[in-house]
Amino acid sequence: MSAADMTLRAGQSSAILPDRGGVAGALSDLFWKRPRFLLVLMLLPPVLWLGIVYLGSLFALLLQSFFSIDEFSGLINREFTLKTYGELLLPANLDIIMRTITMAACVTIASAIVAFPIAYYAARYARGKWKALFYLGVMLPLWSSYLVKVYAWKLILAKEGILTWFLGKLHLQWLLDAWLSLPIVGGNSLSVSFTGTFIVFVYVWLPFMILPIQASLERVPVNLIEASSDLGANPAQTFRNVLFPLALPGIVAGSIFTFSLTLGDYIIPQIIGTSRLFIGQAVYAHQGTAGNIPLAAAFTVVPIVVMGFYLWGAKRMGAFDAL
Amino acid sequence: MTNAVSFKQVSRHFGSVRAVDAVDLDIGEGEFFAMLGPSGSGKTTCLRLIAGFEQPTSGHIEIFGQQAEGVPPYRRNVNTVFQDYALFPHLNVLDNVSYGLMVKGVGKAERHRDAEAALELVKLPGYGSRRPSQLSGGQRQRVALARALVNKPKVLLLDEPLGALDLKLRENMQEELKSLQKSLGITFVFVTHDQGEALSMANRVAVFDQGKIMQIGSPEDIYQRPNSRFVADFVGSSNVLPPDFVAKHGGERRWASLRPEAVRIVDGEAGALDAIVVSRSYLGGTTRLSLDVDGQRINALVPAGHPLPEEGALIRIGFTPRDLHLMDGAQ
Repeated sequence: MSAADMTLRAGQSSAILPDRGGVAGALSDLFWKRPRFLLVLMLLPPVLWLGIVYLGSLFALLLQSFFSIDEFSGLINREFTLKTYGELLLPANLDIIMRTITMAACVTIASAIVAFPIAYYAARYARGKWKALFYLGVMLPLWSSYLVKVYAWKLILAKEGILTWFLGKLHLQWLLDAWLSLPIVGGNSLSVSFTGTFIVFVYVWLPFMILPIQASLERVPVNLIEASSDLGANPAQTFRNVLFPLALPGIVAGSIFTFSLTLGDYIIPQIIGTSRLFIGQAVYAHQGTAGNIPLAAAFTVVPIVVMGFYLWGAKRMGAFDAL
Repeated sequence: MTNAVSFKQVSRHFGSVRAVDAVDLDIGEGEFFAMLGPSGSGKTTCLRLIAGFEQPTSGHIEIFGQQAEGVPPYRRNVNTVFQDYALFPHLNVLDNVSYGLMVKGVGKAERHRDAEAALELVKLPGYGSRRPSQLSGGQRQRVALARALVNKPKVLLLDEPLGALDLKLRENMQEELKSLQKSLGITFVFVTHDQGEALSMANRVAVFDQGKIMQIGSPEDIYQRPNSRFVADFVGSSNVLPPDFVAKHGGERRWASLRPEAVRIVDGEAGALDAIVVSRSYLGGTTRLSLDVDGQRINALVPAGHPLPEEGALIRIGFTPRDLHLMDGAQ
């Protein structure tokens, strides 16, 4: 009988349950017997972090928003009141809220429209090297400083900037002038108009829209597209009835990013745009120079409430049905 | 009579791979046609060429006399039952089944009525409000069938539709598909790698290998008169005998196939062969003996109830010369 035969023959092993021994062995045996113990051990640090540091500070913020400021002394009156929320409804503050929400909605819709074809290409066609290039192309802008990118855009959009120059070369200067002469969206140049703010917002948040859409499109089996076509749906119908509904969770996930990031941002509108404030700038101003922490807190609650309503609406529209 | 589907020298190459290679094929109207072959033999590509998901690299395809090249799937009156059903996960069963009518602009009341009728046809009445994820594999299969049939296709394509079902369900579905095809009169084209399924369901079978059709014929033709070693081997576990062996045992010097059920155990009859029983496999209704005859491996099927020799026993076997089916060529 050969050596190989000896080792493969049943019942010849020295022990049925060989001892592993050591502390590592005992630990892995313990974790195997009590999987919950391992789970608790792994979850404890992040739960402590999220629960105490994150939720705790959010709760403190909420609490602040129910205080009010004494207009004469500038001191915070720690009595429960809805007065600060009442201040939010003053025309000037309501204006800030509406402006921010409108901007966030426009940025979200534009991001979704720009992101979808890119995500579709990446999910359906890009393979191997091209897929790596796609990820690199989408992520690369995130590696450089956000401030650098915003200032770069300020130069691009400035009156003497490359965009104006380029449009001039194309003899399309009149188009830009016509757009800038429009009320609200217009201004002296793109870099001091809401259009400029919008363009930079879309640019900066685009990766956060592309990646979730791409992930959701990757999960749509090709044969569903074929089945739709087989049943007589032309490409537009297939998009409307199959591809879009199945990609909707990804679009909603992406829009949560673009929407909430736009609602909270205070740097982009500060550098590029008009002097009219967005929520983030209002919060910055009230908690800083004005020292009105309660109003700043109340302003901060607005995006949270808006996002809550947004998610509730998305769920009711069936955005998560395909999950 | 026009053919439902007609292939003339159709090829489909993917790079250097010849998935379908110069295939000629005519499928008659109202036929239940099976495409049988191992995986990668080109049968599914042929189906996808009929559906329009693939375009031929060269050659011509006609569907009911009309040229099919360059016609997108959504303009073909052909419907497919996909291998893994491809039901829309975000739609309920009724909306899945009425999808084809919906995209054609049929009104809601009418398409829902037709979809209900189709669900009744596949024995799933009242399942309309469920989600595909709430159905069993067999039920999904029926929904996929209803979703295709509700469009009243001229040709129904089925891509390994029973592959994912368990044995009992598969046998039931085979019967149902057969009777459905008979009552509706629609041309069915059915892709499978299961020779039993192909033989029991189809009027005609095409056996594929490496992008080519090896043989087309009735199930009896394919089973009893295979034209090549490949067909004999693939369709049922036939004994493929080399020319030398055939010549030695009373035949011409050609390759031949011998069905295992044609091999009998005999007692000292003239013309009988000595054989050693190498192994025995119990198959339920029969027992398969693997025999060594002169160094040639031969399988024999012994019906239940007959005496069985032990492994290692020396027995004598016989077969009538007409069971020895001679084959052309030596592929």
